[in-house]
Amino acid sequence: MTTTGLFLLAILALGFLITFQIAKASEYVSVLKGEKKSFEQNNRINGFLMVVFLVLGIIGVYWCNKALYPKTLMPYPSASEHGENIDTMLKITLLITGIVFFITQILLFWFAYKYQYSDKRKAFYYPHNNKLEVLWTTVPAIALCTLVGFGLYYWFKITGEAPQDAMQVEITGRQFGWIYRYPGKDNTFGKKYFRMIDEANGNMLGMLWKDSTMQTPNGIQNLKADPTGFDDVITTTAMVLVKDQPVKLIINSRDVIHDVGLPHFRLKMDAVPGTPTTLWFTPKYTTEEMKKITNNPNFEYEIACDQMCGNGHYSMKGLIKVVKRDEFILWRAKQEPSYKPATDVAPASPASPAPNPGAVDTTAHDATGALVPQATIASKK
Amino acid sequence: MSHGHAEVLTTHEVHHDEHGAHHHHQSFVSKYIFSQDHKIIAKQFLITGMIWAIIGGLMSVLFRLQLGYPDQSFPWLEDILGNWARGGKITPENYYALVTMHGTILVFFVLTGGLSGTFANFLIPLQVGARDMASPMMNMLSYWFFFGGSIVMLSSLFIQTGPFSGGWTAYPPLSALGDASPGSKTGMDLWITSMALFVVSSLLGGLNYISTVLNLRTKGMSMTRLPLTIWALFFTAVLGVLSFPVLLSGFILLLFDRHGGTSFYLSDIYIAATNQALPNEGGSAILYQHLFWFLGHPEVYIILLPAMGMASEILSVNSRKPIFGYMAMVGSMFAITILAFLVWAHHMFVTGLNPFLGSVFVLLTLLIAVPSAIKVFNWLTTIWKANIKFTPGMLFALGFVSLFISGGLTGIFLGNSTLDIHLHDTYFVIAHFHIVMGVSAFFGMFAGIYHWFPKMYGRYMNNTLAYIHFWVTLIGAYLIFWPMHYEGLAGMPRRYLDYSNWSSFNQFGDLNKFISTVAMIVFAIQLLFVFNFFYSIWKGRKVTTQNPWGATTLEWTAPIHPGHGNWEGEIPEVHRWAYDYNKDDRDFIPQTEPISANESKH
Repeated sequence: MTTTGLFLLAILALGFLITFQIAKASEYVSVLKGEKKSFEQNNRINGFLMVVFLVLGIIGVYWCNKALYPKTLMPYPSASEHGENIDTMLKITLLITGIVFFITQILLFWFAYKYQYSDKRKAFYYPHNNKLEVLWTTVPAIALCTLVGFGLYYWFKITGEAPQDAMQVEITGRQFGWIYRYPGKDNTFGKKYFRMIDEANGNMLGMLWKDSTMQTPNGIQNLKADPTGFDDVITTTAMVLVKDQPVKLIINSRDVIHDVGLPHFRLKMDAVPGTPTTLWFTPKYTTEEMKKITNNPNFEYEIACDQMCGNGHYSMKGLIKVVKRDEFILWRAKQEPSYKPATDVAPASPASPAPNPGAVDTTAHDATGALVPQATIASKK
Repeated sequence: MSHGHAEVLTTHEVHHDEHGAHHHHQSFVSKYIFSQDHKIIAKQFLITGMIWAIIGGLMSVLFRLQLGYPDQSFPWLEDILGNWARGGKITPENYYALVTMHGTILVFFVLTGGLSGTFANFLIPLQVGARDMASPMMNMLSYWFFFGGSIVMLSSLFIQTGPFSGGWTAYPPLSALGDASPGSKTGMDLWITSMALFVVSSLLGGLNYISTVLNLRTKGMSMTRLPLTIWALFFTAVLGVLSFPVLLSGFILLLFDRHGGTSFYLSDIYIAATNQALPNEGGSAILYQHLFWFLGHPEVYIILLPAMGMASEILSVNSRKPIFGYMAMVGSMFAITILAFLVWAHHMFVTGLNPFLGSVFVLLTLLIAVPSAIKVFNWLTTIWKANIKFTPGMLFALGFVSLFISGGLTGIFLGNSTLDIHLHDTYFVIAHFHIVMGVSAFFGMFAGIYHWFPKMYGRYMNNTLAYIHFWVTLIGAYLIFWPMHYEGLAGMPRRYLDYSNWSSFNQFGDLNKFISTVAMIVFAIQLLFVFNFFYSIWKGRKVTTQNPWGATTLEWTAPIHPGHGNWEGEIPEVHRWAYDYNKDDRDFIPQTEPISANESKH
């Protein structure tokens, strides 16, 4: 322990001792003064403090808002349409709860001050009043129904089906980073299987790039290579999205639960191992436009993991780059497929039992089937 | 041992002794340690809870140091924590262990065990007019299981791989896989063991509270004459008895997944640390969340209801007015109890839950705000036209109402799935639940301690210290948690060790420093309270009248130092409800006084 530490402790202890001595002395004084008199004095002080707390509290709320509001996301427009709905909902809720907050807190502390003990007054015997009670059952119920109505309207809009022309990107969480996958020219995600993950050979997602046979707890599995995956692009650098182009994220996890947190789009969705989830939205501003909007030359759309996922949770950052369509086409053209022909493992034995495709495909089920007929960025190119 | 056994028999005799004569000799062990007297057990719960609160609070101070001063190092931390703070900086594994333990300790060991354990034990027999609990033996076991659970939890802090560090909700797969996090190794086994003991304790206690309230009420004490504290503690016990077993079942499945090779929660997992794909397939990690939150949400009300009950009682006594809308208060607590079981999935809006199912939970969640609103308006009407005495208990009860309003209103944000998509797992959530179930439940607990201390120990706590305690804590609580809403509205995620590498969240450095400083001051003031508590047990001003607050309820008809059996002679008979204050020009009319012929009706 350093001397400064000891010194601080000593000061703390001294402070305690002094406070305690004062408190003790005040108890003796109150005995001398008479219990009634000291009670009345204390009561007046506390009653006065009630109203002081109320006034300073309201000033504090104002001041806090002034200092911190600019640091939140609220002064800037949301980067997605869904986010705009959420912002509207936030404002409606803020308005209703704000009114209730101020009325009830003012009544509470004002009553406490106003009705503090006095010899001259008697408390009013007022055990119940059915009319009043019905009133404050129905009014909150109506107010809350309004909020539920608005909320669910937006909720179904946000969680509804993605538009047909939505671009699909797969995002997979792992301790502690994100892997992004784009379907190739065929616009179909290749199948993958978690037992095929092979970090050393660059197969981060377990793509079925080659035939193989493996012993699993469910017996011997015979896995056939899926050619639709040969042109998939897998990257960990950033997810590149197109302004005004709806995007549907297919969210996976490789190990524990993560969460794709997109504060600027006001969205988030868990990444659950074994159970793919989805989330769709339409980016409204490119990263460059957001830099201007937020007056921040270093602005980036960060993906923050929002579900406790281990000791590196706080560093699990992803990146979204929203670009214009032509920039995207340019970027996409530069991407090499991640497929690497197998060299180290012998090909699967043809004598093995037939593969069971249902058990093998751990890509989101809605990802594969629906993809083919869609208009895509790749084909537009 | 045989001696102890004989003592158990004697206390048993007292229990059956209608006259409550109990001047028999008891050894120290049977009187203060393995006691079957509900009042002693209550004090055991209270003091154990206080020790836990200090440990849990100190943990929050330590991780607030990291959050407030991320780039500074504190060499003295290494003196205390050794390897957990190499070079005077809290390591990530230590940070997450502290956060997890802080949550577990405060939610379960302080605000469940310490709060309802204390006041259900102390108040139920004294306020319903019973000599003791329905089963004093089970009651004693309830404490000792709690104690055992505490020891196991405490021991996990000292093992090499550290205590569990995956958050107090212990979501698998993180909590199931030692390779995913060192805290999920032995630390997690101890965590589960400890929690299992805790659940047993809570069930033993809860069954006892329910049967005592239902069966051991004194003559004339109909259910509708019960003080609201008893109603609250009764509903709390019902919630616990119905939901804790579900939690235990979730833990047992987790234990199977950890050690039995089952796949209840595990599927498709590849662990990078060991370069290994796990054999598990077909499990659902979300199943655990359903089982957990089926307790986890009622748990919020297990924590809150006792505080609500005590605040209602204390507000009424010190307003010198009946509680407004007694039946509405009981009804709203009943509604909360029912609804508490039907809202759990609002913690899971962003897990990929079916949106339609989510919408049902939105409706039910916002519905629970209605009984809460009724309670707030009834409390406000109770102090309207009152004659308020600001005893320390009353101050904390008023503070409770203020915090309950503030924290309750932000629940309307989070319960609405649309807003939850944005605010889920941000600091907005931290602010919300710390205000509504953390600090406000603490305020209820403090109110209860100050109010019933004279009954517990026959002495008063020091008023001046109590006033300092109240004002600093109230102001501090708002200073700490109010600004966190803004961090949440910036999307700042919770459970991050360091925000400096994030361009989206690093604008709050000064605020974090400020919050940490206030947290330290508030923690120090709590130590002042603890000091006041223990000092006053032996040196406080003595209580000289049986009924120092002029209250109507039964506990104030018992002797100043009630023995085991509570009343000498007959148990008093009850003739009226508990809230006749300032009726017919009388300051108060005790529950034991028969209704006179010319009394006005209420």
